[in-house]
Formats: sequence, C-alpha cells, structure tokens
Amino acid sequence: MRTLSLVVVAVLMLGLAAPAVAVQPDEMLPDPTMEQRARDLSQHLRCLVCQNQSIDDSDAGLARDLRLLVRERLKEGDSDSEVIDFLVKRYGEFVLLKPRFSWHTALLWAAPAAVLLAGVAGLVVALRRRRVGAPVTATAAPPLSDEEKRKLAELTKG
Amino acid sequence: MIAELGHYALVLALVLAVAQATVPLIGLRSGDPALLGVAKPAALVQFAFVTLSFAALTACYVQSDFSVLNVAENSHSTMPLIYKITSVWGNHEGSMLLWVLILALFGALLALLGRNVPAALHAAVLSMQAIIAIAFYLFILLTSNPFARLAQAPVEGRDLNPLLQDIGLAIHPPLLYVGYVGFSVSFSFAAAALLTGRIDAAWARWVRPWTLIAWIFLTLGISMGSYWAYYELGWGGWWFWDPVENASLMPWLAGTALLHSALVMEKREALKVWTILLAILTFSLSLIGTFLVRSGVLTSVHSFATDPARGVFILMILVLFIGGSLTLFAWRAPMLRQGGLFAPVSREGSLVFNNLFLTTACATVFVGTLYPLALEALTGAKISVGAPFFNMTFGPLMVPLLIAVPFGPLLAWKRGDLLGVAQRLLTALAAAVLAMAVTFALQGRPVLAPLGIGLAVFVIVGAAIDIVERIGLFRLPVAIAWRRAVGLPRSAWGTAVAHVGLGVMLLGVVGESQWNIERITAMKTGDVATVGRYEIVFDGLDQRQGSNYRELLVRFTVREGGVPIATLTPSKRAFTSREMSTTEAALMRHGVGQLYVSLGDLEPDGRVAVRAYDKPLVLLIWIGTLVMSVGGGLSLSDRRLRVGAPRPSKARLAAQPAE
Repeated sequence: MRTLSLVVVAVLMLGLAAPAVAVQPDEMLPDPTMEQRARDLSQHLRCLVCQNQSIDDSDAGLARDLRLLVRERLKEGDSDSEVIDFLVKRYGEFVLLKPRFSWHTALLWAAPAAVLLAGVAGLVVALRRRRVGAPVTATAAPPLSDEEKRKLAELTKG
Repeated sequence: MIAELGHYALVLALVLAVAQATVPLIGLRSGDPALLGVAKPAALVQFAFVTLSFAALTACYVQSDFSVLNVAENSHSTMPLIYKITSVWGNHEGSMLLWVLILALFGALLALLGRNVPAALHAAVLSMQAIIAIAFYLFILLTSNPFARLAQAPVEGRDLNPLLQDIGLAIHPPLLYVGYVGFSVSFSFAAAALLTGRIDAAWARWVRPWTLIAWIFLTLGISMGSYWAYYELGWGGWWFWDPVENASLMPWLAGTALLHSALVMEKREALKVWTILLAILTFSLSLIGTFLVRSGVLTSVHSFATDPARGVFILMILVLFIGGSLTLFAWRAPMLRQGGLFAPVSREGSLVFNNLFLTTACATVFVGTLYPLALEALTGAKISVGAPFFNMTFGPLMVPLLIAVPFGPLLAWKRGDLLGVAQRLLTALAAAVLAMAVTFALQGRPVLAPLGIGLAVFVIVGAAIDIVERIGLFRLPVAIAWRRAVGLPRSAWGTAVAHVGLGVMLLGVVGESQWNIERITAMKTGDVATVGRYEIVFDGLDQRQGSNYRELLVRFTVREGGVPIATLTPSKRAFTSREMSTTEAALMRHGVGQLYVSLGDLEPDGRVAVRAYDKPLVLLIWIGTLVMSVGGGLSLSDRRLRVGAPRPSKARLAAQPAE
C-alpha cells in the first residue's frame, strides 16, 4: 500500500492522472442523444476512488460501474437532474465535481467575485488616497548610499 | 560508497548554506565588506557539492545499485539507460534533490552574474537564497534521504512506474522545477529589498530577467506536461484541473502578473509595494505547490495525518517562509515611498487591470483547489471541486483580460487615450468580426466557437498592430520602417510575440474544445470506422517484446476520401514488474490538427476497443505556449534586462527610438 501511494504521488507530481481508458464501446447506449446526455452527465460526476477525475475520464472499475448506473437510470426515463439526485443520495455531495450552492459552499462560489470586488475596492481607495496624499514626496528619490556616492565619484572622475 | 559520498556532499552543502545565510547578514549589520564577500564563493562551492550529490545518485541509478533503497524502489536493470537516468527524479526523494540542485544552480548564477547589483543587496539576496536552501537540505536529510541503504539488497528493482517511462519525464519535471525554483530569486530580491530598505526602478530591472527566466521555463514546463498527458493518457485530454496541475498554474498566473507589474515599477517607479508582495506570493505559491504534491494531503486529509513527518516538515517550511516574508512585508512595506502617479486610463492602468484579473484568477484556482481540504478539515463534509467549477469561474475571468490585452501596449504611460487606442484597434476588431462571421458560416452550431475564435484573432491582430504602429509600417517608406523594426527594443518585440502566442493558444483551446470529434468503437481486422473526414481501417494485430514490457500493436490505415494517406500503430504495453499497462496513442498531424488513435481493452470476442479523435487546431495550444516562451526569450535578450550586462554600447543606445 505504501509503495502504491508513492507511485501515486510520483505520478501526480508530474501532472498525470492514472492511466485512463474511460468509456468503453460496450457501455455505450444505442440511442446517440441519450448517450450524449450520459457523457455530459459523466463529466460532472467524480470517480470516487480517483483523484478529482470524472467518471468519463477514469478507467477505474468503480467509474465503469457508475457510468453503467447513469445509463441505467437514463434508460429508466430519469431526467438529468433526477440522475444527479439519485447519485447524490447514494454517494453524497462528494460525487459532484461542480458542488451545489449551499451554506458550506457559499464561500467557494462567492470567492471569484469577492476577490475581484475586493481588488476593485482596494484600487479605488488607493487612487483616492493618492490624489489627497502629497505628490511632492512621491517623486523625490531616496538619498544616495555611500556605495553609490563612491560609484558616482568614480564615474564622474573619468 | 558512491551513495555515502553523495549523502556527505549534501551535508557539506547544508553547512555551506548555513555560512552563506548568516555571515553576509552579520556583514550587512557591521558593514564589513569581507563578510559580505563570503556569500559569493559559498554559493559557488555549494552548487559544486549539490552537483556532486546529484551525480552520485545518478551513478547509483546508472549502475542499478539496488542496495540503495531509492534505486531498488524505482529502477529496474532492464530499463533503457535514458529511463534509468530520468528515474532519478521520477520519485519523491530524487525529485527533491533535483529541486535543491536547481536552487543551488540559481544561487551560483546569481553569485556570478550579479556584478552590477550593489554589494549589500547582492549579499542579502544570496543570504536569502541560502535560507531557502537550508530548509530544503534539512527536509531531504531528515525526512527524505535518497541515499538510504538496504541491509539486504534485492536482486532486482521494483521498476519505474510505466506511465513515467517516457521521454516526457526527461523534459517536463526539470523545466517545471527551473520555473518553480526560479521564482525563489524574485522572492529573495523582494525579501532582501525589504531588509535593506531600498527599492527603486533599478531593483525592478535586476529582478525582471530572473522572473522572466523562471516564467519562460514554467510556461514550457506546464505546456510540455500538458502535451505529455495528452498523448500518454489515451483519450486526448490536455488539461484536467487536477490539483497538481493547479499547483503549477497558480505560480504561473502570479508570475505572469509579477512580470507585468515589475514593468510598471521599472519604467515608472509605481506599484512598488504591490510588486514586492507579488514576488513574495509567487514563490509562496511555488512552495504551496510543492507542499500539496509532496505531503500527500491531496489524496486525502487522512493520508496526511497517518504519515505526517514529511507533511508537517513542509508545513513548517511554508509557515516559516510565507509567514516570515509577509511579516517582514507588513513591517517594512509602509516605509516604501510612493512612485510616479498615473491616470486610471494609461499603460500603468492597463497593467493594473491585468494584475487584477490574473490575481483573481489565481485566487479562484487557489480557493477551488484548497476548499475541499479546508472544508473537510473544519467540518468533516466531503465535497469535490473539479473541471466544471473551474471552467465556469476561470473562463469568464479570462475574457475581459484577453479583450484588454491589445489595449495595454498601445496606451501611453501616465495618461492614455482610450478612444484613440480603440480607433487604432479597429483593424483588429474588423478582423475579429470577420473571423467570427466565417467561423459561424462554416460551423454554425456552437455559439461559443465563433466568439472564441474572434477573441483570439483580436488578440493576435492587436499585438501585430502594436508593432506596425511603432515601426510605422504602411505609413513610412519600407526602408525606414525596417530600420525602426531593427532598432525597436527587443522587449517590445517580446511583448508582441508573447501576446500573439496567447492568441494562438486560445485558437487551439477553442478548436479542441468545440470541434473535437470522438469515435469510440470495438473493432476487429477488416473493420472500418469513420472519424470526421477520415476513415481508419483495422489492418491487423501484432505483438512485440520490448526491453521491459510486452506490447500489443494494432495497424491502422488512414484514408481520406477513400485514398490511403497514412498508417498508424497505436499500442498497449504491459509491464510485468508492476503489473501495469500503458496506452501509446498514435498521432497523425494534419495541418495544425491531429488524428488521435488509441487502444482500449481487448474484448472477450477478440475485438479491440478503439478510441479515435479528430482534433482540429489542437497543436496550436502548444505552439501558442512555445510562441509565448519565445516572446519571453526576446524580452530577456533586451540589452537593458540582460543578466550581467553592465555597459550599454553607445551606438545601440542611440539607435533606440524614444518610448
């Protein structure tokens, strides 16, 4: 088990996921629109035993089971959201690669907008402060250090 | 004996690093130049010792010395020599040794090339580099010793993970690490500047080439990693928003922002505080990336807790460097003087806009990558954040940034004329609209595709307009335009080329994501499958014995319009030593697109699962990143930025137009 985890780490460090063969021909549904729906759904579902891989990309046995399960539900006449609900009920929110908005994901979903707004607010404040602040000192260069004075003397001598 | 020599050399390097870290700092306080002078030879000899240590481990691998635990776990006597060598860094311990080797290399280069940097700053920077080195030497020696011996040497090694037995392992990690570690120089410069209290335009000019070098290598490293995953994983994906990829993307985004803000600082002495902060953040993100990958925290919070020695050590390094540098920043930054003023609409303003969006994108990736870990640690709730989340958040953040790209270089410093620039970009806009119309007419269906292609064309033509305007092409006689083109600062060319590269990459991304044609089917000899405008004919199966694997090959003939145009032989390799198999996709280039064929499982009835893709424009993704790197290289060759170029020649200076 330890070696396995080492391998996993070695592989991961290089940005490679596990060898993925993903969807097999025998899993695919005869109806192309339904198959496309299954593929689209698969891309949003996590292979629970893999590292952040969707069941569409993973070749793990569990991923195959889930792919078949999704197609099973679609054949039963489930809508996309019914399939998702079914899987969440079974495996928890963990199965969704795009987490649903809820109290514990609020920060996650709000983060991009919040950071952007905070950035804009910071800029506005900085701009205001600058206009009020003393622009005279702003352009004044710091005094020369001893070493720089020595260099300057050398340069101007020749 | 060789392993012990390597181990000992590493210990000596640590001792030297301690001297290099402390003595110059004492010299800085007492003002003794002799003490400051210790830094340079220490850095050079330290590099020599780490090189020796790395060479020793490589020798153990080349000789297949299985009495060394690390070699026994990651090598095999039948592996080709190239993979024996690349195995050195194909594992945790060895990759950390590569990390410190590159760190020491940067230290040595800094020592050699820093002649024009004031002695005090130079010594302080080298001292900072040594402090980073100490932390990582200790990490290797205390928790991840690659030279540990086995009491009983096994007869044969456990082999390298088959997925890593690829030329990609020779290229991708070294490039990536040069990128990661290169940002340590910007970090050291920032910390040293805070310590010595002097930060000005000259500082930015010294830091920019180092940041550029790191950025170029990180760009290439990420890009090569992406291409490797593309052809090795067997289904043609090139970016997965995997946490490990995110770990490399974050420093890239922050580093790109740093390159742009350092430009403002160099030219206008503005954004000082922000640039210093970015330099600290960029390297901190490199460290966090190392932590994420190395501690096992990604696999699960629990695996981190069961084997905490390494994780806790790296966490301590993180706290020390990020916490320490940010504290230093909070303490000293308020003393920095404000630089030149500028109006919101100006070159500076556009670079601030760039920084705002790049930083937000970086923060988004950061939150998305770490949120599940934090949530699980705090509440126990397990959620996943994957590709769909990042596509939804990162994508929209890139759109305003890409629209702004052509505006930046055309705006004047201090106060720009947005309307005037927009008028000058009309050609680019017209080209974009035309491209959108053509794309829509040809493809119709996905609305995203024409918009994406239009945006890419806008970025590319916009970058070209910048050069055309500067050299007066179409406006002045060709001879004069040519003279001006030659005299144009290389950094201006670098900017334009890098921005063109960005546009080219976007073309590839749009093409791959919108027009990818996929065909998954089971085939046997004689079967024909259609993929887009190509037909692939299953000609037959073959078996072959490789040096350390067995290979199943399938021969395909590719036909276009009924005419055979190529043969493809994708394969599956089975590695007995690890009982793993890999897929080797076969690729046929057509223009800048590729036909991609890989094999799936062998089915009970003797048919083979075949995955075939037609990916138009896909190569532009990597061509674009290469062009971006070339832009970085051009910028690096600019006289004003060249590392260690002290005296500008008068003739060249006179030839440069005023900016």
